[in-house]
Amino acid sequence: MFFLNFVFRNVFRAKLRSTLTIVGLIIAILAFGLLQTVVRAWYAGADAASATRLITRNAISLTFSMPVYYRDKIRSVPGVTSVSVSNWFGGVYKEPKNFFAQFAVDAPTYFPMYPEFVFDTEQYQAFMRDRRGAVIGRQLAELYGFKVGDVIPLKSGIYPGSWEFNVRAIYDAKDETTITRQMYFHYDYLNEQLKRTAPRRGDLAGVFVVGINEGQAAPNISRVIDAEFKNSLAETLTETEKAFTLGFVAMIETIVVAIEGVSYVVILIIMAVAANTMAMTARERLSEYATLKALGFKPGAVAAMIIGEAFLLAALGAGLGMLLTPIVVKGFHAATVSVFAKMPLVAQTFYLQAACAVAVGMVAGIVPAIRAARVKIVDGLRHVA
Amino acid sequence: MKIPTHYIARNLWVRKLTTALTAGGMALVVFVFAAVLMLDAGLKATLVATGSPDNVVVIRQGAQTEVQSGISRDQAALIETAPEVARGADGLPLVSKEVVVLNSLPKIDDLTKRSNVVVRGLPDMGKTLRPQVSIVQGRMFRPGSSEIVVGRSVARGFAGVEIGQQLSFAARQWTVVGIFDGGMTAFDSEIWGDVEQMMQAFRRIVYSSVIAKLAAPDLFAALKVRLDDDPRLKVDIKREAQFYSDQSSSLSNFITLLGMALSIIFSLGAMIGATITMYAAVATRTAEIGTLRALGFQRGSILLAFLIEALLLAAVGGIVGLIAASFLTAITVSTTNFQSFSELAFAFTLTPGIVLSALAFSLVMGFVGGFLPAIKASRMKIVDALRAD
Repeated sequence: MFFLNFVFRNVFRAKLRSTLTIVGLIIAILAFGLLQTVVRAWYAGADAASATRLITRNAISLTFSMPVYYRDKIRSVPGVTSVSVSNWFGGVYKEPKNFFAQFAVDAPTYFPMYPEFVFDTEQYQAFMRDRRGAVIGRQLAELYGFKVGDVIPLKSGIYPGSWEFNVRAIYDAKDETTITRQMYFHYDYLNEQLKRTAPRRGDLAGVFVVGINEGQAAPNISRVIDAEFKNSLAETLTETEKAFTLGFVAMIETIVVAIEGVSYVVILIIMAVAANTMAMTARERLSEYATLKALGFKPGAVAAMIIGEAFLLAALGAGLGMLLTPIVVKGFHAATVSVFAKMPLVAQTFYLQAACAVAVGMVAGIVPAIRAARVKIVDGLRHVA
Repeated sequence: MKIPTHYIARNLWVRKLTTALTAGGMALVVFVFAAVLMLDAGLKATLVATGSPDNVVVIRQGAQTEVQSGISRDQAALIETAPEVARGADGLPLVSKEVVVLNSLPKIDDLTKRSNVVVRGLPDMGKTLRPQVSIVQGRMFRPGSSEIVVGRSVARGFAGVEIGQQLSFAARQWTVVGIFDGGMTAFDSEIWGDVEQMMQAFRRIVYSSVIAKLAAPDLFAALKVRLDDDPRLKVDIKREAQFYSDQSSSLSNFITLLGMALSIIFSLGAMIGATITMYAAVATRTAEIGTLRALGFQRGSILLAFLIEALLLAAVGGIVGLIAASFLTAITVSTTNFQSFSELAFAFTLTPGIVLSALAFSLVMGFVGGFLPAIKASRMKIVDALRAD
């Protein structure tokens, strides 16, 4: 008890210095937590992926499509329960900065494969009846203030012309991981328009979403599907929805890795600051440590006091930083909601923050602790800070 | 009377550990700050170098990229005959009608990871219009064949593109016969082949884009008016340099915004470090400050001395950070540009402007960190200060 009390009082002897160090630690731990969360946010799409959905796309790249009749061949592959079509529309709402994902899908086969989108039955039926109807996610609706009955005009760089869609339904998320920031409309509508204006671009599918009966069969089914179209004009590449989504993250992996790396730089910075604080503290108190030793305290006890002080400093700063992290993440997400659909704060982030705090405390305390433990009583007593 | 600078500098030298830790923290901040600026400068340099001032790019109206665009043969012919377009010695228009597609290739360091690479089909004229591109290994593709050449960055970053290897796409085998150097341009991240062969293979009947050289750089406006006014054409025309820089504006903004936000947050930590150090410096030298004052040094001199000490500390951090950052110039970064949905390689580039900004940034940190301690030092009463142990 005496020991803890001693350490605790020592921490706040130089009030200004301790406070500044703690503020620095709070900032660093907060920044670290935020950066880690931003890194996690890139993977939100993969979290939402289902193990029983495969994506079949053109093997050359996503910018190439496949004949829509592939659907029937894929459906006949054993283990496949349903197949739907999805085309990336790439539309812009009024201004280029208003960008959100839109897909032209074959609704009757598509939505049964996505039970995580929760519809109002009446709204869904209204959507099915309207050829130019569209459904949008709750988050998207809130972002732009769209309501059921609104008309959304879109301009697409991929499909020339002006397009208008009627919002017929707004879907909700079934659970935390579901992303509700997309818009879906009828593939048939897109296809009919294309057949009129650009016949060569009709009857093409961007990707096929393939429902399978069990996740374990995914590698096999993927192989069978791709073999089916081997040596055809549009060879395919089939992978799980998760792998497909992670493929996008892999494309910008350099940036994601850089952000993650930089998040540790801030910990290094604060490590230097905390180490400096402890070094100065210990130097000033060298004569005290000598006194303690003269009173019979073992070198280990003196070292433990300094390390304890460093840990306490780190714990106070990190603790406050961790408490503030959810608030800051929430604020940051509110400001960047147009970029990140989800910003999940996971337990791992807190563990990493705590681990960083321990590392900072250890590094900051170790050198002064060894020095104090080794100091000869005579030299220490003679020492002038 | 001014306190000599070497006296100030020696104060830093005496407390080596503290100086090293504080300057080290600042060096890390300056490193991040400089790295971000260098990355953005590298990206911009690559894009500026990609476009020639008298080349223009014509794509379909509304298409943001060459990949999304389509220009029919008739439309291309109309552009070719415009009088603003330069003609070669043989009287032929300096126009390149090209097809651009994306091919997803496995990365060299992890074959399961793929990224989109620009595959460009171009005629002989396409090479003429890009004099900065030269073959560094192997040879150029032969017109009318299924041969391809790959850019330097593609050769470095992707698997299966060595000379002699074959890429299989569009139901054909394409043999790599050479590696070209695009002179640090976006072309380094592309694969080139014969335009007609690619059109056939991809079953395309339209070009993606038309690149034309202007007869004179100032004819851009005239050509734009001509194309805009022609009811048979629905196209967007841009200067090549503008076209490339527009394509990466999002990436550039993202890097800059993220980098500045990080630098500011990180600098808070470093400034706190400087403040702690300087307060300690003031506290341990109270008697010394009293002596200096008693010797006749003014409050202003004391203030200045401690400020200079903080600035020196910061300058050391700044220089160390810059030196560390300068090693980054050996690194080429490759990532997907989401606007064009394709891979783009660019190098960290150190410019004199960045050196100045980074040093200025470190001095600002030193000034902010040292200001309050310096004020405290200058306000001490001589008697109290001398009495301090």
